[in-house]
Amino acid sequence: MQAAIEIDGLTKDYYLGFWRKRPRRALDGLTLTIEEGEVFGFLGPNGAGKTTTLKLLMGLIFPTSGGARILGRAIEDVSMHHDVGYLPEQPYFYDYLTARELLDYFARFFRLSAEERRRRIGSVLDLVGLSSAADVQLRRYSKGMLQRIGMAQAILHQPRVVFLDEPMSGLDPVGRREARDIILDLKRQGRTVFFSTHILPDAEMLCDRVAVLVGGKLQGVGSPEQIVSIEVESLEVLFELPAGSALPPALEDAATQTGARYRIQVPEAQLYDALEGLRAARARIISVSQLKPTLEDFFLRLVGGEQRKHAVEISGGGL
Amino acid sequence: MTWVVALNTFREAVRDRVLYNLIFFALLMIAAAVLVGQISIGIEHLVIVNLGLTAISIFGLVMAIFIGVGLVYKEIDKRTLYALLARPLRRRQFLVGKYAGLLLTLAVNTALMTLGLAVALFYVSRTFVRSDLSILVAVYFILLKLALVTALALLFSCFSTPMLSTVFTLGLYLAGTFSTDIRSFGEVTESPALGAVTKFLYYLLPNFNNFNAIAAAAYGRQIPLILVAQNTAYAAIYITLVLLAAAAIFSNRDLK
Amino acid sequence: MKQSGRKRNIWAAALGIPLLLAAAYPLQRRIDARVRTVQQEKDELMLRSGRVLKKLSLGYDSLLADIYWTRAVQYYGGKRRDHDPNFELLAPLLDLTTTLDPHLLVAYKFGAIFLAEPPPKGAGRPDLAVNLIRRAIMNNPENWRLWADLGFIYYWDMKDYKKAAEAYMEGSRRPGARDWMKVMAAKIAEEGGSRQTSRFLWDQVYRSTEDPNIRKNAFEHLQSLKAEEDAERLEEFAARFRRRFGRFPASARELVEAGILPGVPLDPAGYSYVLTPDGKAHLNPSSPVTSDVLKPVLPH
Repeated sequence: MQAAIEIDGLTKDYYLGFWRKRPRRALDGLTLTIEEGEVFGFLGPNGAGKTTTLKLLMGLIFPTSGGARILGRAIEDVSMHHDVGYLPEQPYFYDYLTARELLDYFARFFRLSAEERRRRIGSVLDLVGLSSAADVQLRRYSKGMLQRIGMAQAILHQPRVVFLDEPMSGLDPVGRREARDIILDLKRQGRTVFFSTHILPDAEMLCDRVAVLVGGKLQGVGSPEQIVSIEVESLEVLFELPAGSALPPALEDAATQTGARYRIQVPEAQLYDALEGLRAARARIISVSQLKPTLEDFFLRLVGGEQRKHAVEISGGGL
Repeated sequence: MTWVVALNTFREAVRDRVLYNLIFFALLMIAAAVLVGQISIGIEHLVIVNLGLTAISIFGLVMAIFIGVGLVYKEIDKRTLYALLARPLRRRQFLVGKYAGLLLTLAVNTALMTLGLAVALFYVSRTFVRSDLSILVAVYFILLKLALVTALALLFSCFSTPMLSTVFTLGLYLAGTFSTDIRSFGEVTESPALGAVTKFLYYLLPNFNNFNAIAAAAYGRQIPLILVAQNTAYAAIYITLVLLAAAAIFSNRDLK
Repeated sequence: MKQSGRKRNIWAAALGIPLLLAAAYPLQRRIDARVRTVQQEKDELMLRSGRVLKKLSLGYDSLLADIYWTRAVQYYGGKRRDHDPNFELLAPLLDLTTTLDPHLLVAYKFGAIFLAEPPPKGAGRPDLAVNLIRRAIMNNPENWRLWADLGFIYYWDMKDYKKAAEAYMEGSRRPGARDWMKVMAAKIAEEGGSRQTSRFLWDQVYRSTEDPNIRKNAFEHLQSLKAEEDAERLEEFAARFRRRFGRFPASARELVEAGILPGVPLDPAGYSYVLTPDGKAHLNPSSPVTSDVLKPVLPH
């Protein structure tokens, strides 16, 4: 089966400054392959390079080096847009048009009959819940409504690959749910969805696979579970000590006390040693539970690490 | 596909209220010409044609520049271009579409104003004569001029803010209008170096003097058909080269 | 991989733009030839009333005066370039300029020269030049140089020596007037249009101006006056030669050989004069000196 999106060493430098231009690397050698039918989450904090990646793929900006192919066609080839839909970040549309007119304008770029256009516009407006506001000029639209019409124009021509840049932002909880349903619907129809987000629960819920991008660099790719299991799993032991007995010296540093209860966190491999020690101290074990790190933990750890690294670099640079 | 962009550009212009004000003022000026014509003797026809064509030219120019300089910039600035370029649409098709859309707008406006002028003329003369045909040729020349100005505004719109683009476009328009004077200045000064420079500039700058036939129309002088053909060819050549430059710049531009 | 559209656009521009410019060049030349026939008679002024124009200028009348003055100069220059003797718009343009700014002395001064010079150098309308200078004097009564300009036009272009003397006399009474104004008035009153008076006049112009064009013009006039004087003398010598030998001399050299002249006379530019068999002296065609009286003739 052909890959839906193949990204190969995609790199983008922005040039800052007016006279002496200094490059700032927004995206650094991104290589990624996404299969057809996948829902792929592109994760990362603000400024990680997610939007840059999407704009590169859509030909809005041009790579410093590297390239990409979508459905086997190079991104420079405009014909690939026949099968691609795109929701820009915080979309904005011609405010002198109504929603229906906007969709009709965009639909005219595809080989669709007038009848077909009318039918599809009606159905996507229905899908994104804008039927009642279809003939209102977009200047009157709220941010959430613009997000919805943005989704509508991205899927209007039934593209095989859909790129969504922060599809949930600006939406209320109902809107988010509807957006999730639309993405799941696209998946059911066998379409590929590539969406960027910094909201992790959405990604965990929807994605077959995710990639994490921090500071323009790819940190990891895999299923949400896989990403999590990269980290060594640890266990939490909850226990009480009888009066008069002391903590084993080996565990003294790791334990935290809450009232009469103690809590320690140990890596899986050291569990038995820890339990031995506790038994020797005649501790009463209340529970042993697996600590399941969420994607969020992973994410925070990566970001934290990255920030620490930056801090080191900055202080190092000052010397 | 280019045509789809053009029609939408036209629709945008039609929905902009500023335009109606402009047309209103132009028609008002033509109406005022009727009044001016009445208080002087024997030159009603002359004054109406002169003032009417001048109004059509000036208001067309204002429209061409003010809409032209925002054509591309506004789409980038408001990010409406992002979703549009995700269609199977080349950037140069987008450019030509925008250009054609504004041209269509200008053509319709000019036609409306010409109609107003015709009404004013008929009101005064109660008849049309054969020599009035040269008015139509003059209007056609104005349109050619506007087409060229629009192309320049579009070019600047591809890389600069509307404010600067207005200055650039207006500057080139003035330079291109007075290039004849610049050249004769160079010839009169008898300095060969300066003469060569002004001559070079004369042929390099878009020559807007070519399209000036208002006086000829006012006096009902016939404009030779060959000149109509030559001016059309000149405008086509110059517009093509300006659009080539615009496409080269815009196709390589990162959209921030 | 498909050739990127971006590069194609750059190539199209890099090749297309020079090509199209090259195509526009001959076309523009043809249009220039054609457009002249349509726009040539366009020599007309929509507004001939300086008073209306002044109102329309919304307070920018002195700027507008500069623009009209530039237009007048361009008009004059263009007509001279095209060897078009029809300067009919010059006077109205100058009128507008000086109505907009009555103190723009340069417009009166040069305007009068443009108007007074005989075609093809000017409009050949000294009467209009006089009107212009008279208006200048009305608006700037303290300026004695304007009287000198007026006297000059009467003297040189209209050959009206009485009025010329009066003008110089009138000007000499203005504050700051130079003494030669009085001398000029007296000289003209006494001798009329003698060559000596003319030389004195041009000499004053040559000395009193800082404008290089006027200076050059005065210098040329002085040279041609000198040449005319030389030629007259030369013809006298030729007549003397004829009385002695029964024929006119073939060249000035023959006059020297006959002992009539100590050396071969040269014109102010250093060229020898040409003597024709009828005993008339002429300028050498290679000489830059020009004269309305002496025509250049090739030596035989």
